[in-house]
Amino acid sequence: MYLNRKAPYGTVYALESLEVVLIAAAFEQDVSLAFIDDGVYQIVEGQNTDGIGMKNFSKTYHALGDYDINQLYVSAESLEERGLSADDLMPLVYEDEDDDWAEKPSVKIVTNAELSKLMSEQDVCLSF
Amino acid sequence: MLHTVNKSVFERNSLQSCVNTIDDSSVILLIEDGVISAANNTKSSVLADLAAEGRVYALQGDVDARGISSKVADNIQLVDYEGFVDLVVEHGTAVSWL
Repeated sequence: MYLNRKAPYGTVYALESLEVVLIAAAFEQDVSLAFIDDGVYQIVEGQNTDGIGMKNFSKTYHALGDYDINQLYVSAESLEERGLSADDLMPLVYEDEDDDWAEKPSVKIVTNAELSKLMSEQDVCLSF
Repeated sequence: MLHTVNKSVFERNSLQSCVNTIDDSSVILLIEDGVISAANNTKSSVLADLAAEGRVYALQGDVDARGISSKVADNIQLVDYEGFVDLVVEHGTAVSWL
């Protein structure tokens, strides 16, 4: 599980995490992502980087489903603290091969208590 | 004086330190991850008084990059890079709160 705690663009953590996630998926690891604290801003809908001259890598999150990465957990508390809701997030989806490739949401809003349980079940947690 | 803050209010105490320290004629410009502090959220009270006095600005490009333009508090003024330069010219000495 990859823990994402930083907002995008201000530091390189978000982009680096995404790169490592894609590499891990290419090596057929069972990958999940958690977005907590300012990390929730990584998957906010409507990012436009024209004004700061940086690459808008938010579109890459849409590719995660194609890499069989469909467990994206978002802290409900972190969203609420920032005045955000599930509606402010990108509609990230994957196609379920066990259900006739039906398109299903990859993002799941969880409480911090649920998140801590998920973390305890992981073999490895990498923090960014 | 002009004070720039480039860290999120949720991650560092630089904004709070800035607010605690500046004089009555100073203004704050939020840049980079600092623009997260411009959105309406549970930490809005840190800037509420200064914003009400029209003394808080945020850099438009950084706001747009993070997808939070619809969340910015009404009394925080958005500026582009030219506006940034104008603030520097108008307010003289600039201090970066990192």
